[in-house]
Amino acid sequence: MTDQTQNPPAIATGAQSTVKASRGGMLGLTANDFRLFLIVLVITFLAPFILNPFPEGSALAQFNAGYPDLMQRFVIFGIFAIGFNILFGLTGYLSFGHAAFLGVGSYGAIWMMKLLTLNVIPAIIMAIIVAGIFALMVGYVSLRRSGIYFSILTLAFAQMSYALAYSVLTPITGGETGLQIKNTDRPLLSNIQDGEIGRANLFGLEMRSSFELELGAWLFTFNAGYYIAAVVMLLAFYMSIRLFRSPFGMMLRAVKSNQQRMNYTGLNSKPYTLAAFVISGMYAGLAGGLMVAMDTQVGPERMFWTASGEVVLMAILGGAGTLIGPVLGAGFIKYMENIISKINSTILHEWFFWLPDGLENFVVALIYPFIGKGWHLTLGIMFMAVVIFLPGGLVEGGQRIAGWIKNRRGSGDGPDKDPEHHPKQAPHVGE
Amino acid sequence: MSKLDLSRRGVLKTGAVAGAGLALPTIFTSGASAFTNEPGDSSVTLGFNVPQSGPYADEGADELRAYFLAVEHLNGEGDGGMLNTFSSKALDGAGILGRKVEYVTGDTQTKSDAARASARSMIEKDGAIMITGGSSSGVAVAVQALCQEAGVIFMAGLTHSNDTTGKDKKANGFRHFFNSYMSGAALAPILGSNYGTDRKAYHLTADYNWGYTTEEAVRTSTEAIGWETVGTVKTPLTQTDFSSYIAPVLNSDADVLVLNHYGGNMVNSLTNAVQFGLRDRVVNGKNFEIVVPLYSRLMAKGAGANVKGIYGSTNWHWSLSDEGSQAFVRSFGTKYGFPPSQAAHTCYVQTLLYADAVTRAGSFNPCAVSEALEGFEFDGMGNGPTLYRAEDHQCFKDVLVVRGKENPENEFDLLEIVEVTPVAQVTYDASIFGGELGSCNPGA
Amino acid sequence: MDGFILQILNGLDKGSAYALIALGLTLIFGTLGVVNFAHGALFMIGAFCAVTLNRLLTLSYVTEDPSRTDFLGNPAKVETPYVVDWFGESVGLAMIDWVVPLAILFSIPIMVAVGLIMERGLIKHFYKRPHADQILVTFGLAIVLQEIIKYYYGANPIPTPAPEAFVGTFDFGAMLGFEPFTILYPYWRLVYFVFAVILIGAVFAFLQFTTFGMVVRAGMADRETVGLLGINIDRRFTLMFALAAVVAGLAGVMYTPIISPNYHMGMDFLVLSFVVVVVGGMGSLPGAVAAGFLLGILESFASMPVAISIIPGINQIIIYLVAIVILLTRPRGLMGRKGVMEE
Repeated sequence: MTDQTQNPPAIATGAQSTVKASRGGMLGLTANDFRLFLIVLVITFLAPFILNPFPEGSALAQFNAGYPDLMQRFVIFGIFAIGFNILFGLTGYLSFGHAAFLGVGSYGAIWMMKLLTLNVIPAIIMAIIVAGIFALMVGYVSLRRSGIYFSILTLAFAQMSYALAYSVLTPITGGETGLQIKNTDRPLLSNIQDGEIGRANLFGLEMRSSFELELGAWLFTFNAGYYIAAVVMLLAFYMSIRLFRSPFGMMLRAVKSNQQRMNYTGLNSKPYTLAAFVISGMYAGLAGGLMVAMDTQVGPERMFWTASGEVVLMAILGGAGTLIGPVLGAGFIKYMENIISKINSTILHEWFFWLPDGLENFVVALIYPFIGKGWHLTLGIMFMAVVIFLPGGLVEGGQRIAGWIKNRRGSGDGPDKDPEHHPKQAPHVGE
Repeated sequence: MSKLDLSRRGVLKTGAVAGAGLALPTIFTSGASAFTNEPGDSSVTLGFNVPQSGPYADEGADELRAYFLAVEHLNGEGDGGMLNTFSSKALDGAGILGRKVEYVTGDTQTKSDAARASARSMIEKDGAIMITGGSSSGVAVAVQALCQEAGVIFMAGLTHSNDTTGKDKKANGFRHFFNSYMSGAALAPILGSNYGTDRKAYHLTADYNWGYTTEEAVRTSTEAIGWETVGTVKTPLTQTDFSSYIAPVLNSDADVLVLNHYGGNMVNSLTNAVQFGLRDRVVNGKNFEIVVPLYSRLMAKGAGANVKGIYGSTNWHWSLSDEGSQAFVRSFGTKYGFPPSQAAHTCYVQTLLYADAVTRAGSFNPCAVSEALEGFEFDGMGNGPTLYRAEDHQCFKDVLVVRGKENPENEFDLLEIVEVTPVAQVTYDASIFGGELGSCNPGA
Repeated sequence: MDGFILQILNGLDKGSAYALIALGLTLIFGTLGVVNFAHGALFMIGAFCAVTLNRLLTLSYVTEDPSRTDFLGNPAKVETPYVVDWFGESVGLAMIDWVVPLAILFSIPIMVAVGLIMERGLIKHFYKRPHADQILVTFGLAIVLQEIIKYYYGANPIPTPAPEAFVGTFDFGAMLGFEPFTILYPYWRLVYFVFAVILIGAVFAFLQFTTFGMVVRAGMADRETVGLLGINIDRRFTLMFALAAVVAGLAGVMYTPIISPNYHMGMDFLVLSFVVVVVGGMGSLPGAVAAGFLLGILESFASMPVAISIIPGINQIIIYLVAIVILLTRPRGLMGRKGVMEE
């Protein structure tokens, strides 16, 4: 990932590095990319261990994230962010309505499960198709404009989808209460008992079934749904690497660095950007389909502008334009949302009960505004801190730590590329 | 639980090596038990899933206060509150079935996705045996469906839509709060006797499920006493300024405006309606009136003086004089310094009812608990004698018709009770809203 | 007909709020080149200036009244505001009654301070950063600001009524020769509209007729050349940020009697005001104002029962639909300039 800072300098350098590093890897990846892919693969498969570092029942178990729901969310939002990054990171087009594709994908998936079969594969395929078609329509119209005008067009489509799903389209979307699988649903291709609520499965393997491993005080949960979602994410990640490195990806980078020059050379950039938009929308649909597969319910808030904003934040926070950044950003935000929000004052008191009474109350009062109902505050501060101190997002943080370790070991081979991180000058009014 | 103690962590670490390799296949959590999250011998964990961020955060905070109070009382601390007035005497202040009550909290954000994520983490990570709370019907329906799938009991918090125990009812879900139908049935006679039976009503309705069921309930019941509905307009949930919806009322011949709004919508639409001088209007020789079918005292505060004289219904109010309500207000007020809201009351009662049902059933098994709650009749929890109906898991009790107070004595004294509508008047047939209860799911 | 007139009034009123916020956003964007997602938060802080002043004026000392009891049976507490003691009953109560107009004076220094601190402390460092970074940092700031307000004021709306003198409605119908009591309009909303027009006029006059404004306009058009002329454009731009903060803050102060302020009102307005700015055309001040009023009026028309009965849900989507149509027919919004934020 060395050749991709958030602002790829020019097409030429990118091309060189791809050619240079095209040997030494596997699966059609360069050595560097293959290594990255392997790391992600290992981390994903060992996630139940990595995310549960603290023993059950200990005070720090509060910070464990290795339970099925959150692990599933990590990978699903990872897919969503990877897809968003294909559009934003490569072409620079900032879509502010991406959650709409996730939403329509979810609706497509749940109707598939309600009507046809409880197997998750048709549902997920349906989600991708529905989201792809919707993205094609929205993209065809929105891509006639660029810059912030494009952002507002996508936002407008997404907000209309949300508003209509919440109200007028209630017969199709379930409105405020959304759609769930009910005991009255009789999918065509499944033979569930009368009165039984159908469950999402993969050829009989239920998404919710888990296998638990108890190692002393530690408890690790291996959930079927998580591993299915994880495999899908790895595929999505692999495809995104291939796409980043392909001639098509190069063309998209060209759109970002200078669309005008590209047009002068006689290339029409529109088909490329539209293709990127649709692919990106299909990724969102895939994420939506997986969400339904893991937790069979859809609500319209999934399409609200804040949800679209969230994926933008994930990408920027992690490092837009980098391969792994968006996934890190997604994990970071979902962790904050699910872990920090559950800490309450009682837990704080338990943590600090060993302090003298007065001091304990003082420390708890000091921390209290930032946890539980204050988790938004912590999130906002984190956004600001990351973007102020790490202009390249979390990926840059990782690189700095790696660089620091390298320096301490005294190897120090080669000067750090762009240590000051000179970002591209923002285009100014009147330029 | 345990403290941050390095030596203890060291011990656990060595223990881990010794105990390696014990593996169990399960669904959700720990297997080899008859139902999801069977509690151990010493403690039991309840999940309090309330809105802590978003527009209903203050209601969520009040719900949490009530839950903390309920846990205190169940564990035998404090003054016992409603345990002393509750008609069932199964609870003795020694926890639930001898297990100490512990809890986890989460944030629903008043979004169904976030609420389900929070509830799932309680079930999967913290081993919660029961989930309760919430401040909107969308969230209640979503979390109720989740609890049905997961095999835990859901005790709904504030949810007023007919759907929760109507078309979306579930065997593992129970609602103590009243609903749109009951609001309509309780309000209509009072409106008739105060404003006459020859009225033309104009409805502004929040454009989502709860709004639809409330409009329908109020329409049906007021039309039954002779009112005419001259207009219904749906307003977006995200609307803040309602002026453009209220202006057309001026050009209609309506003489009553019904605001089927809740929360921030209600505060703003009522404020706007009063600003437009609707209350000073005379139409068809009658004074123009405004009705707010569902009142919440916490929210009414946001509308300030505009609520004065306006009729509505509410599930419970702290000024009720029965023994149970008084006991609850006393312990809540002593602990926090202000009276509880209706959301707090419902959440407190739901926790006690669950604990009582477990105790009477002698088991935490959701099916046993469900059986103990179905058809359960009790008293001493406010609202008079109450029935948890078996057919739809809806509580049937007296409904309060209230009016904004003209001369409030303090900042909590916003509503006065006009009538306590007897339960018989608000009871309906369980089948009219459709839906299927299904059978209880114990999980594993 | 009378229905239409009422909706135009409503639209002008809504449009005033949109226009004021969009104006500030465009000022900041045009001068500093920064996309300020915290602008809604400035509007919200303005509104909470009024709430805060209300709290300050009603600060009370407590005496016990043994003749009455509170809900727990203890002697009731009677609160007397200090201002009533200090200035006498009539002046003290009048001050509390006129809290919203007083809050205008109260909020200006606060908004200037907030604006300057924000610009010098944070935004300054982001001039040269990509727009995406600006969005992220100002969005983070917006969250932090609203959470701080929520921590101190809670999540529920807080009533902040207009002065007694402005309660009631003005009968346009009688004035224009329609039937009386058909075109009623609340006094305070008229005040808000007039206030907005004056404020917008003042900002334009300031930019048009003062040397300072001339330099700023020149800087908006071509920052580098103005800098080469030896003019310290940065300092002026900082002051423009403070001005934009004041405009947003005043819009918030005066809005409090119309909707009870709550901590998320800024976010509620944020997306809409961005749509307004873009429909008006990036970097165009008249465009922002025109789009504000246009969208306000169209939104009002779309919420009439007739419109909803023809196209169900039109009231939910009208603003976005109009935005799409305008952006597709006019590539840079109503009055946007070429090359601004198009990459």
